[in-house]
Amino acid sequence: MTQTTTAINTFASLDVNSLRQDFPVLKRQVHGQPLVYLDNAATTQKPKIVIDTVDDFYTRYNANVHRGVHTLSQEATIAYENARETIAKFINAASAQEIVFTRGTTESINLVAQSYGRKQLKPGDEIIISHMEHHSNIVPWQLLCEQTGAILKVIPINAVGELLLEDYAKLLSQKTKIVAIGHISNALGSINPIKQIIQMAHDYHAKVLIDGAQAAPHTAIDVQALDCDFYAFSGHKAYGPTGIGALYAKADLLNAMPPYQGGGEMIKMVSFNKTIYNDIPHKFEAGTPNIAGAIGFAKAVEYIQDIGLTAMAAYEKELLEYATARMKQIAKIRLIGEAQHKASIISFLFEDVHAHDVATILDHQGIAVRAGHHCAMPVMEFYNITASARASFAFYNTTDEIDQLIHGIHKVIEVLGG
Amino acid sequence: MNDLQNLYQELIIDHGKNPRNFGELNPHDRQAEGFNPLCGDKLTLYLTLTDDIITEVKFKGAGCAISTASASLMTDAIKGKSITEVQQLFSSFHDMITQGQQTMDLGKLAVLSGVREFPMRVKCATLAWHTLQSALHNAAEIATTE
Repeated sequence: MTQTTTAINTFASLDVNSLRQDFPVLKRQVHGQPLVYLDNAATTQKPKIVIDTVDDFYTRYNANVHRGVHTLSQEATIAYENARETIAKFINAASAQEIVFTRGTTESINLVAQSYGRKQLKPGDEIIISHMEHHSNIVPWQLLCEQTGAILKVIPINAVGELLLEDYAKLLSQKTKIVAIGHISNALGSINPIKQIIQMAHDYHAKVLIDGAQAAPHTAIDVQALDCDFYAFSGHKAYGPTGIGALYAKADLLNAMPPYQGGGEMIKMVSFNKTIYNDIPHKFEAGTPNIAGAIGFAKAVEYIQDIGLTAMAAYEKELLEYATARMKQIAKIRLIGEAQHKASIISFLFEDVHAHDVATILDHQGIAVRAGHHCAMPVMEFYNITASARASFAFYNTTDEIDQLIHGIHKVIEVLGG
Repeated sequence: MNDLQNLYQELIIDHGKNPRNFGELNPHDRQAEGFNPLCGDKLTLYLTLTDDIITEVKFKGAGCAISTASASLMTDAIKGKSITEVQQLFSSFHDMITQGQQTMDLGKLAVLSGVREFPMRVKCATLAWHTLQSALHNAAEIATTE
């Protein structure tokens, strides 16, 4: 990084240049240029402390959990259950037994749809989602509708990418059984007013699932204050490993829900006449879990908490404002999604250059952005586009990197004429 | 010439911005849809056949420079050719962009050889060809690059 970077990036209370040293991959070069990683909404990079924590598990105490009486198994079990405690505290769950480890947000949502939803829903019941959902918060509910005869309703959005709450109010009725909404839109960056959405649903005794995949790395989450029934999120979008995530669910709901998958770990006693299921949350964790992942996930959460989510969010907001202002100066690009409350995600497109070509040319300058439909094809359809390019920022990004993005966008215009 | 310039050669940019044989073809004998789930590129291909000769071909759709240029160049290249000749062309084109081997003279299609250095973009360049396969086999299913 240059000297100017050092000067510019002291504008928030984060020492970004020192924090960047925590991330080994940021030292990489891509196509002979320093990596500018702006695809954080897809997955964040991992700090060395998370990588070391996973490494330490496999190096020193790899063993199965809740099984053996030997030392390694005991150490692994303690670390795994401590990880659950850490995750529970991170989102202020009332108890660690309300945290089920899953493969990620997608599996968490599918678990709720198939365990809670399949048991509870009857033909004619309604599920409400929104037009800005990620496919992982659409398809599990469509499957559930096919299985139960329930009906899917969709909250519309406005041109800047905000939910239309008046329309939501009209969709709600005694038939509404589940409301499933993203906390932050991965395609648009919109931060949804989930507390209000949850209250409105509860007036009709509907249960609410929040897809928090994009929120966990950017916002402090308090599931008790929100009073949400389910909160789904992933480790890898919050500086943790891939293949690990969590489902928060209120204990009384988890207790009443049937198992999601059968196998070891989720049982107390098995015979051919009758099987007694384990207590929550283990009832929902069939098979050997992703132990290293869970421990790494917890370490990532501790890392975020050490930095402070408030400081991180404030800095990311500054990055967003800086990038938005600079990108708006480029006449040939259009920003998609300008919600009043927005996380550090910018979708953009050129009038006549496809996002894929944009991403390829940026990649050649070492800049990683996402191009495509962002697993949110209904959003693309709403804006009548097939794809957009997306730059998403993390606290380790700098204004200098945003300048490089702007320079890269001008290069796109140079190569393809914009 | 670096990889990027090699990928976005003038001929490709030209065909990407001003695709030839663009639009619907009516009447037509065959029609097929192509879809790249990775980027959302969509393409519809129409063709008329006289015996086994492709006499007319058009396409419409929205895609990146590579997929649009590839579709444009493909439609130019296959017009007037027999199905057997077209299959040979596809096979050779595929070898060129995946392995870098040119087993026959590909004419203007050779301009897409730079795609080989961009493995993530091979699917863009082959979408039209997969759709063509689907049209020739009259497959009911949408052709995808997956």
